[in-house]
Amino acid sequence: MTPIQILDHYQQGDSVVHRLDARVKLILALATIAIIAALPRGFWVAYLTCLVMIGGAIALSQVRPMLVFRRSLIAIPFTLAALGLLFTVPGSTLVSLRIGGWSLSVTSEGVVAFTSILVKAWLSVLSATLLIATTHSTELIAAMRALRVPHVLVSTVSFMYRYLYVIADEALRLHRAREARSATSGPKAGGTLAWRARVLGGMVGSLFLRSYERSERVYAAMLSRGFDGSARAMRMSPLGRGDFAAMALFVTYLLAVAILIALRGGW
Amino acid sequence: MAVRTEHLVHLAEVAERQQRSGEQTPSQQRPALELRNLTFSYPDGRKVLHDVTLVINEGEKVALVGPNGAGKSTLLLHLNGILKGEGVVTVGGIEVGDGNLGRVRGQVGLVFQQPDDQLFSPTVFEDVAFGPLHMNLDEEEVHRRVTWALSQVGMDGFEDRLSHHLSVGEKKRIAIATVLAMRPAILALDEPTGELDPRSRRGLIRLLRELPQTMLVATHDMRLVEELLQRTVILDAGRVVADGPTPQILRDGALLHRHGLERP
Repeated sequence: MTPIQILDHYQQGDSVVHRLDARVKLILALATIAIIAALPRGFWVAYLTCLVMIGGAIALSQVRPMLVFRRSLIAIPFTLAALGLLFTVPGSTLVSLRIGGWSLSVTSEGVVAFTSILVKAWLSVLSATLLIATTHSTELIAAMRALRVPHVLVSTVSFMYRYLYVIADEALRLHRAREARSATSGPKAGGTLAWRARVLGGMVGSLFLRSYERSERVYAAMLSRGFDGSARAMRMSPLGRGDFAAMALFVTYLLAVAILIALRGGW
Repeated sequence: MAVRTEHLVHLAEVAERQQRSGEQTPSQQRPALELRNLTFSYPDGRKVLHDVTLVINEGEKVALVGPNGAGKSTLLLHLNGILKGEGVVTVGGIEVGDGNLGRVRGQVGLVFQQPDDQLFSPTVFEDVAFGPLHMNLDEEEVHRRVTWALSQVGMDGFEDRLSHHLSVGEKKRIAIATVLAMRPAILALDEPTGELDPRSRRGLIRLLRELPQTMLVATHDMRLVEELLQRTVILDAGRVVADGPTPQILRDGALLHRHGLERP
C-alpha cells in the first residue's frame, strides 16, 4: 500500500446527497460555481444565499461540516494573489501605511473587492469540496463522460486517477532506493546542494521514462482489446425523481431569493 | 476468404462449446495459430525475431520459454498485430493484416505481464467491459459477459472494486477476465505466474488448466510448464531452437542449460 493519500476524498455515506445521480451533482456544483463567479462584488446577501444553500446541502449530506470546512480552506492561499486590490482600487482611504518613503493606503472599496473575492473563492471551493466528498471519483468520471465532456479530457482524468497511485508507488521505490544508498559519514554527508539536485533530477527523469514506457504498454493493452480511438462507455441509468426534485429545488430556491431581492428594489 | 471466416467462427464456437461443458481440450489438428518466417527488428535496427515458424493447433497449450530478451514478449505482440514484422501470422486461418485487426484481436486474448498495464480503467467493471464494448455488443450482453468472465476467474462480485485496491493475485485474475470477456479462441499470456505468492500461483495454474482455450504461455516458471503445458517451444536470441513435447524437452538438461533455463 502506498502511504500517499491523494485522491480518495470520498466520504462513504448513504444520504440523499450521496444517492443523487453524479450527473446532477456535477451540474449543480458547476452551476453554483458559475453563479458565484458572476455575482458582483459586495453583493453580500447573494453570497449569504449561496452559503445557506451549500450549508443546507452539507447538512443533508451528513458529511462532517468541519471536514468540509477544513478542506475548503485550500482556497485561501490562492486568494492572496488578490491582496493587491486592497491598495489599488480607488476610493475613500481607510488606513494609510507608511513604509520608508512609500505610502500605501487601504481603501474601503479595496476591502470590499478583496473580501468579495475571498468569499467567492471560498464558496466555490466549498461546493466543489462537497461534490467530491459525496461523489465517488469513478462516478464523477462517468458523469463527465455522460455529459459529453470531450473524450480527451475525460480519459486524461480517468488515467490520472488510475495511475497516480502506480506512479506514486514507483516514486516511493526510487526514493527508498536512494535512501538505502545514502549513508552518512562525516560532516559533509549528503553531498553538495548541486549534487543532490542532480540526483533528484535523475530520479524525476527516470520516473518520467518509466511512465512513458508504461503508457506505451497501456496503449498496446488497449489496442489488444479492440480500441480504435473511439470512446465507448455504458449508458448511465436514467435520472430518478429525486434527481429532478434536486434540480427543481435548486432553481426554485435561487429564483425565490432573486425575486425577493427584486421586490425589495435592491437589498 | 469466406472459408477462412467460417473457420474463424468455428474456432470461436469450439472455444465456447468447450467453455460451456467445461470439457478438457481434445487435441485437434486444425491450426489455431501459424507464424511463418516471422522476422522483426525494432526501429533502432536491433533484430529481435529471426525467421520464426510455429504452428499451434486448436486446443494445444504451449509454453514459450527462453532467457530474458529472447523475444518472447515481442512474439506475443505479433499475434494480434500490435507489432508487424516480415513474414506471415495467421489466426484461425486468417492472415493478420490491417483490414482484419478488429476480428483478430477478438480471437487472440493477449494478457500482459504487468496487470497494472492491462487494467487501465478505474473500476474492474469498466476494464472487463472495455473489450466487449469495443466489439459493438449491446449493453445487456456486455453486462452478461462481465459477470461471466469474472466468475470464470473466480472473482464474482468484484465489478465495483477499484483496480488500485486489488492484490497482485486479484489483478492477474481480472487481467485474464478482461480478455475472456471477449470470448477469444486463443489466450496468449505473458508471465502469468510472475510476482505471485505460492498460493495465488497455485490458484492461477488451476484456473489456466480449466480454461479450454488454445494457449501460448511465455514464462520462466518451469514448474508451470511441467504441470500445465503439453508442448514447449524454446526461443533464444529470437530463434526457435527447440519445439517438442514438454516431458521430452524438460528431460534434456543440456539443452535447457544451453539456453539459460533449468529443470523444474
